[in-house]
Amino acid sequence: MQNFNILIVGVGGQGTILASRIIGSVAAQVAKDVKISEIHGMSQRGGSVITQVRFGDKVYSPVIAEGTADVILAFEELEAFRWYPYLKKQGLMLMNNQEIDPMPVIMGIIPYPVNISEKMLEVEVVSVPALPLATQAGNSKAVNVVLMGVLAKRLGYEKSVWQEALKANVPAKFLTVNEEAFDLGYNLYE
Amino acid sequence: MIKKILMTGNEAIARGAYEAGVTVATAYPGTPSTEILENIGKHYNEISAEWSPNEKVALEVGIGSAIVGARTLVTMKHVGVNVAADPLMSFTYTGVNGGLVLVSADDPGMHSSQNEQDNRVFGKFAKIPILEPADSGEAKSFLIQAFDISEKFDTPVLFRMTTRTSHAQSLVELAERNEVGLRPYVKNTMKNVLLPAHARLRHPIVEERVLKLAEYNETSNLNKIEMQDKKMGIITSGAVYQYVKEVLPEASVLKLGMTYPLPKKLITEFITSVDTCYVIEELEPFIEDQIKAWGLKIIGKEVFPLLGEFSPEIIAKAFGKDYHALTQTEKLPVRPPVLCPGCPHRSVFYAIGKLKLRVSGDIGCYTLAAAPPLNGMDTCICMGASISAAHGMEKARGREFAAGTVAVIGDSTFMHSGITGLMDIVYNGGTSTVLILDNDITAMTGQQENPATGITLKKQLTRKVDLELLCHALGIERVQSVDAYDVSAVEKAIKEEVGAAEPSVVIIRRPCVLLKGKGPTGMVHVNKDKCKSCGMCAKVGCPAIVFKGSKMPIINETLCNGCLVCAQVCPFGALEEVK
Repeated sequence: MQNFNILIVGVGGQGTILASRIIGSVAAQVAKDVKISEIHGMSQRGGSVITQVRFGDKVYSPVIAEGTADVILAFEELEAFRWYPYLKKQGLMLMNNQEIDPMPVIMGIIPYPVNISEKMLEVEVVSVPALPLATQAGNSKAVNVVLMGVLAKRLGYEKSVWQEALKANVPAKFLTVNEEAFDLGYNLYE
Repeated sequence: MIKKILMTGNEAIARGAYEAGVTVATAYPGTPSTEILENIGKHYNEISAEWSPNEKVALEVGIGSAIVGARTLVTMKHVGVNVAADPLMSFTYTGVNGGLVLVSADDPGMHSSQNEQDNRVFGKFAKIPILEPADSGEAKSFLIQAFDISEKFDTPVLFRMTTRTSHAQSLVELAERNEVGLRPYVKNTMKNVLLPAHARLRHPIVEERVLKLAEYNETSNLNKIEMQDKKMGIITSGAVYQYVKEVLPEASVLKLGMTYPLPKKLITEFITSVDTCYVIEELEPFIEDQIKAWGLKIIGKEVFPLLGEFSPEIIAKAFGKDYHALTQTEKLPVRPPVLCPGCPHRSVFYAIGKLKLRVSGDIGCYTLAAAPPLNGMDTCICMGASISAAHGMEKARGREFAAGTVAVIGDSTFMHSGITGLMDIVYNGGTSTVLILDNDITAMTGQQENPATGITLKKQLTRKVDLELLCHALGIERVQSVDAYDVSAVEKAIKEEVGAAEPSVVIIRRPCVLLKGKGPTGMVHVNKDKCKSCGMCAKVGCPAIVFKGSKMPIINETLCNGCLVCAQVCPFGALEEVK
């Protein structure tokens, strides 16, 4: 199997690390080799955060080179746009259509970019209303798991593998909400 | 089939310590090293694991433990080794008894650090072996081997991780614990009491040890040669090996697992067996300089960067390759990390801004207040420097300058190395005002306990340091404590203390908002009838208050937790608590 590269981007606190761990658990079931890279520390305090999952027969680098990601899972629009050049041509940008203003935008120093979806050319952009779906599932913080549901459907591995990965990585008391969020994402597109 | 599981490098080190029969582990938290001790504390009861107040103490506890016979792990971030350098430089003379491995987690690219020093230089300086794993599997297996080397050669071992090896996950095979037990302890003053007369006898032993280690490294299984196309040879180590394999799959590679002392014969043979040889290493030309000193021809920092973290792209670029496919040319807003909504530090920096004070800053979440709009910091150098540097500022420019300056330090950093600075202010007649931001935890690294928390790494209650009593004991008579969420009380206390011509401390308290069950759970809303769009609320720099092009604030309800700092700053009472 050729290596498959997923970049997960978002804002500190949105659960990118949890998402990479769930996807990593799935990857460990379906591929011989897996690597995940995450950054902790200062970047978690509301900063731009990226984590990366690579899987296939033999994975060396834990980080994805620019222009080689098969999928970007973006929890926020500006972050999607920021990391867009990491996608391959015709790669998949799976994006939560939520805007979270960074401090320079809040302070009026620079505007939030407009029409982000249309500006990301030569890739497939799927814009998902993940925030209302997460809220519907019972927790606005489950945006990450809604998107993971959408991704799961696209990747096509057994749904049970994803469900097991959720169980293994999500604390028991949040499991029901997250399973609901996952299903809402999974059933969003045919 | 042997079970392989996904682990971060830090989790793998914790596992390696368990399997190697380690019984004592110490650390001060620091990104990217923190999770090693957290994992030991959580999963391996066989190991006595504890947070030390700082890295010097951590290593000294480790030294005592190793000398009396226990396999001992000590972990810290790269700059922590600066703090621990004093014991390290002498411990290399005594040697160990029970094995001791010092993990230094370096941070090339400074994801979460104030510098990007390459701590392999420390290993060479201390004349101790350096091991550099390239993934989690090696982090575990090398660590176990590091203990064998430590005991065989009677030396501490420097185990060099980087952010990418510590925080990347890969598959690891687990094994059983090897209960090595304690080695016998026999009093040996000639070896363990470093009087000048004894130390003079120990130094030649250290030099002989380096030669023996270099000999060992010639045939060690820590290094491996992957011979392919002989046109190009690459010598590399650590995470960079992975990028090399990714970008140059056809090249021959000498992967060094032990990078000090280097195996001269092995390296010479490899270089002479290829047409052109490159040394690719992050940060310092550590391997490169030694090889060049031997007179061998290699290419290194002539083509690869000296600064920052490497990536596949950086190596590809040096060889004229480019994966890059899509471009994005628009100038985008940066997204710097910020103080969390409800962070108890926010009111302090709001008050400091209002009083127009200079800030001698320190290392912690509150360093984030250096950024706009709080702009709350003049200097930030290293752990504990806020207090001593404030004293230096007063000595240079006098009392009036001190009246316009505060030192700002967190509880954990104060425990780490602020106490001696405060003692110095009293001792040498300073009048500085020190603000201790006591949020009851070591927050920036992800909520680790410290002596002022009153809870240990193993989550056991312990005697808590009484900060007020401690300050009094050091000779500070003016000590005030205020609630961080009471904005006017914070401002009043700071104003009073900078105005007093004697040393003073203001302890500003509230648990870190990320501590489970400790933060506020309310919400603020904007009363549009009262709001005059004056922009005062923007000055607190809360990410939950946004403007979306208008002057009237909008509260982000997913982020706001109702700390009410903004409500106290609003002159019109327009930010109201949702009842």
